[in-house]
Amino acid sequence: MEHRFLIHRRGDHVGVAVVDIAAGERVVGIHMDDDSPVEVEAVDPVPLGHKIAVAAAGDGDEVLEYGTRIGLATGGFAPGAHVHTHNLRSARW
Amino acid sequence: MVTVEGYRRENGHVGVRNHVAVLPVDDLSNAACRSVGAQVPATLPLPHAYGRLQYGEDLELHFRTLIGTGANPNVAAAIVVGIEPNWTARVAEGIAATGKPVEAFSIEGNGDLEVVRRASHAAQRLVQHASESRREIVELGELTVSIKCGESDTTTGLASCPTVGVVVDELVDAGATVLFGETPELTGGEHLIAARCSTDEVREQFMAAYRRYVEGIEANGADLLGSQPTQGNIAGGLSTIEEKALGNIEKTGTRSVLGVLQPAQAPNGDRGLYFMDSSSAAAEHITLMCAGGAVVHLFPTGQGNVVGHPVEPVIKLTANPATASTMVEHVDLDVSGLLRRELTLEQAGRRLSELVVRTANGRLTCAETLGHREFVLTRLYPSA
Repeated sequence: MEHRFLIHRRGDHVGVAVVDIAAGERVVGIHMDDDSPVEVEAVDPVPLGHKIAVAAAGDGDEVLEYGTRIGLATGGFAPGAHVHTHNLRSARW
Repeated sequence: MVTVEGYRRENGHVGVRNHVAVLPVDDLSNAACRSVGAQVPATLPLPHAYGRLQYGEDLELHFRTLIGTGANPNVAAAIVVGIEPNWTARVAEGIAATGKPVEAFSIEGNGDLEVVRRASHAAQRLVQHASESRREIVELGELTVSIKCGESDTTTGLASCPTVGVVVDELVDAGATVLFGETPELTGGEHLIAARCSTDEVREQFMAAYRRYVEGIEANGADLLGSQPTQGNIAGGLSTIEEKALGNIEKTGTRSVLGVLQPAQAPNGDRGLYFMDSSSAAAEHITLMCAGGAVVHLFPTGQGNVVGHPVEPVIKLTANPATASTMVEHVDLDVSGLLRRELTLEQAGRRLSELVVRTANGRLTCAETLGHREFVLTRLYPSA
């Protein structure tokens, strides 16, 4: 199956959609550091360039992308969720 | 060894454009500078909004920016026009220290029309002088290049910024100087830059500059939510400043950071990668980098920033396939194949390197063909 999203590093919570993803779609992502695939079912529609969760995070958990913290989860999310400003906030301001 | 055809200036520095700049010292002198541009259309008038009743470090930055712009090796010669003679002479002498021809005119006691008459005669002579400059073969590593991304989205961090990162490493290894900055936009990844500083002293200078900038924002009681990331960044999928910063930092490559520059300051040590303390606003940033001596700018964009600069050509690349198709006239290089994995990072880097060489050789960028000449001075605080 053609990849629909890319993940910077293994261990990241999120990948980035490289095409528009529809809710309910089963989609494959590729880790850019080792080319390994991962498959999730999209819970929400995820537009091109937006993030899709590949791992769950609880409220207040650190969220990793690039192998580095990009913020804290607000309310938590499950694999396949659209991750953006509604469930992720900066830890800096 | 990669070579380009550039203009070697009197001080040995290499430019890739051959402008005769008509530089106002202050806002009041814009009208005369525009008139000179109308009389001698081969000149490049650089109107701007400031230069009166500035003081202290803000005034020093104003002078450094104007002098650096005129001194930039993309400028063959300069006309400087100011309302009064003292500051006019200061800017003109600063530029003339490079050895290039500079002529200065002040308006008080003469009036616009007399200044335009005299400055136009001078401009005509300088344009004819510049027209005899010849490009010569120089090493790519003799160039100073600047980098900054704009209207970023997640595709910049995935693909267009890493493409620039590959080229930055190549340039540094070839002996070039590369300038990066965007101080507040390193937030969340500042530790990654700090870890790459070449010495503890440079690291302390970097962290001091970073803290000063962010404390300045906080001292204004400002909440950057909604500004950083920008509305365009958020529409493109970036959620937090940390995420934006990590994408941004991808374009700095992997080499050591040799020094910390004040805004608009030219490096004078070893050639290599330098951090310049600077705003993240595109036109301000490129104006500061140009004043620091950069002759070509690499600009990854996601959602489609259209910035250009009058003196420093701006090469834009995007990995966002929507931007590449809807804003094709602004995109010098489409690397969206990286997202589809049709293109490797090495291939994308090679395409960008080739474009840097062609641009240095004289190929006009999209922004140059469209007349994008954003010349925007940075202010540190209000005028007296």
